[in-house]
Amino acid sequence: MELLQHLIDGFLITIQPLNLLLILIGCMVGLMIGVIPGLGSVNGVAILLPITFLVPPTSAIIFLGAIYYGAMYGGAISSILLGIPGASTAVATTFDGRPLALNGKADQALVASAIASFVGGSIAVILFTLFAPPMANFALEFGPPEEFALMLLAFATFVGLGGSDIPKTLFSILLGLALSAVGLDIVSGEPRLIFGGIPGFYSGINFLVLAIGVYGIGEVLWSVEHSHGQEMLYKANLGFRRILNGIKHLKTTVRSTLIGSFLGYFIGVLPAAGATPASLMSYGIAKMMAKDSDTFGKGNLSGVTAPEAANNSASVGSMLPMMTLGIPGSPTTAILLGGMVIWGLQPGPRLFVDHQDFVWGAIASMYVANLAAMLINLAFIPLFVSVLKLPFSILVPIIFVFCMVGGYAPTQDMHDVWLMLLFGIVGYLLRKLNYPMAPIVLAIVLGPLAETSLRQSLLISNGSSAIFFTRPISGTIMVTAVVLFLLPVLNFLKKRLRPQVAAR
Amino acid sequence: MNKPNSTTQQETLQQPGQSQSGANFSVRHADLVGAIVLAAFSIYLMFESAKLPIGYFDSEIGAGTFPFWVSFGMLGCCVWIAINWFRRNNPTAQSTVPYMEREALIRFRSNAGLLAATLLSIHVIGMYGAVPLFLLIYLRFISGRSWRLTVCFALATPVVMFFFFEIMLRIILPKGYTEPLFYPLYQIFY
Repeated sequence: MELLQHLIDGFLITIQPLNLLLILIGCMVGLMIGVIPGLGSVNGVAILLPITFLVPPTSAIIFLGAIYYGAMYGGAISSILLGIPGASTAVATTFDGRPLALNGKADQALVASAIASFVGGSIAVILFTLFAPPMANFALEFGPPEEFALMLLAFATFVGLGGSDIPKTLFSILLGLALSAVGLDIVSGEPRLIFGGIPGFYSGINFLVLAIGVYGIGEVLWSVEHSHGQEMLYKANLGFRRILNGIKHLKTTVRSTLIGSFLGYFIGVLPAAGATPASLMSYGIAKMMAKDSDTFGKGNLSGVTAPEAANNSASVGSMLPMMTLGIPGSPTTAILLGGMVIWGLQPGPRLFVDHQDFVWGAIASMYVANLAAMLINLAFIPLFVSVLKLPFSILVPIIFVFCMVGGYAPTQDMHDVWLMLLFGIVGYLLRKLNYPMAPIVLAIVLGPLAETSLRQSLLISNGSSAIFFTRPISGTIMVTAVVLFLLPVLNFLKKRLRPQVAAR
Repeated sequence: MNKPNSTTQQETLQQPGQSQSGANFSVRHADLVGAIVLAAFSIYLMFESAKLPIGYFDSEIGAGTFPFWVSFGMLGCCVWIAINWFRRNNPTAQSTVPYMEREALIRFRSNAGLLAATLLSIHVIGMYGAVPLFLLIYLRFISGRSWRLTVCFALATPVVMFFFFEIMLRIILPKGYTEPLFYPLYQIFY
């Protein structure tokens, strides 16, 4: 009852005209920033943080929170329409969103993405409201061995049910891991794999550069080849009726949306994880759990809803350790944390006691901002889809320009733009040989987390790998991961044995 | 106008009856060459990783351990791919269709070449010089669009980029030797 009263108080703060206006502006700005490749919520929040000093702290967190959710929604738009991840959190959305757009179902994909984002965000906010302190404590029990086991499970979902060519899928994962190791070693500080001392490699390889290269440049080169020099026009269907039909199609995606929502929230709560790993892992798990897993990567709506529900859910989840413990769960929440300190607030358990207006105002605003972002997104879908009405020969150079600027914006280094072109060309050439691209992206995102947690775990256990199997949570996850890794071998043996049984 | 080509990779590889004229370098050939090149890259990564400590020393894991074993795994995958190639037990190892037909190769070269030239020119004339030039060449000479449309796109894009990135987001795009030309604009907006 006390909880409900706090929430009502929070809503009363949120519906004040200034705060409602800030939510609308924040969602719009976030959506716009999310759409631009290379820019994500972290850029929006960082750039607009100084503006928030003009308003009270509660309004400031409401505004920045709205930008955060808006960017989560916006990232999917360019992933689906152009095949270029709008933000790092929307990389997984590209896997199935782009094929859906190519098949004339861009509107369905966008509707699915908006609704899944809303469901994910809403479930996460409800979980946040009900279980904030216990969840934060549970997340703290999740140590390096558990984190490593979780990363291994994500890789296993891609191998176990990845594709027809197991060695190529495995190679893609390992290539992503090798690329994630480029740069200065996190423990010793020694440079690793810097390819003859090229300065740009000292700071590592930004995975967004790889994603834009592979899914932007590589995808366009692929489409240009298959256009056979003829003018192509994507099917871009519009209309309110189609949006309603799109909502009806979502019955099939309930399971993947729920997987994304719950898994996303949990990954978001973990310190140093965030929405990008959450969306990629949810995609992998949704694919593993789906009956039609072979259609993933070819235009399955569940391949859009799982990562979209997850990234929104994780964005809310990552607020939890920030507010309750003062530990940011993602780069964006790290900036929000900085903002809170500047506004004179001390994040931690006392925040819920000393600044109830701030906390409950922020929580209630999450409900409202989530709804506002979905409505704004749905309203703009016809406009977004109309981009596809541009002839392919005009769209191609525009996509290339987006890629160039998107490759430059995150680090503002031309080295990354060259690297993006290289990844685009190599990705295109490898794709022609049936090497899957999604596992490379997954591995370069999860690689640093996996290596760090592996090294920390082995440090704790004095080099004994038994630590991964003796702890209950990590042991369970590890066994599941090992089974998934062995699944192709079991399938292979089953195929071998079947003819012999039949012959008898 | 054609519908978008949604041909999947598998279908592309297995299209029966596709013209094999000029198939000197088939997908099957490319599969083996790819495996060899990637194996060489894996060995290079192992060599680079081995410059750092590998293994568990003094309660610490050497910095080269993780990349070394990952690269070793990559090499193992390449061997596996090569074995599959010899046994012809996957679509790419069986496919005799050309890896890239002549026309496709020309389109690939023109697109990738123009992109590389544009990136090179960014170092000299900056993003605001290179992007309009790229759009001009692409839209007019590759896409065959009218001069009016080409010029509209080529002029409008850098203006939108400037206001969005430099003014709104405060992200400075590279300008090369054209930097002094922007000083008056900086004075107006900053």
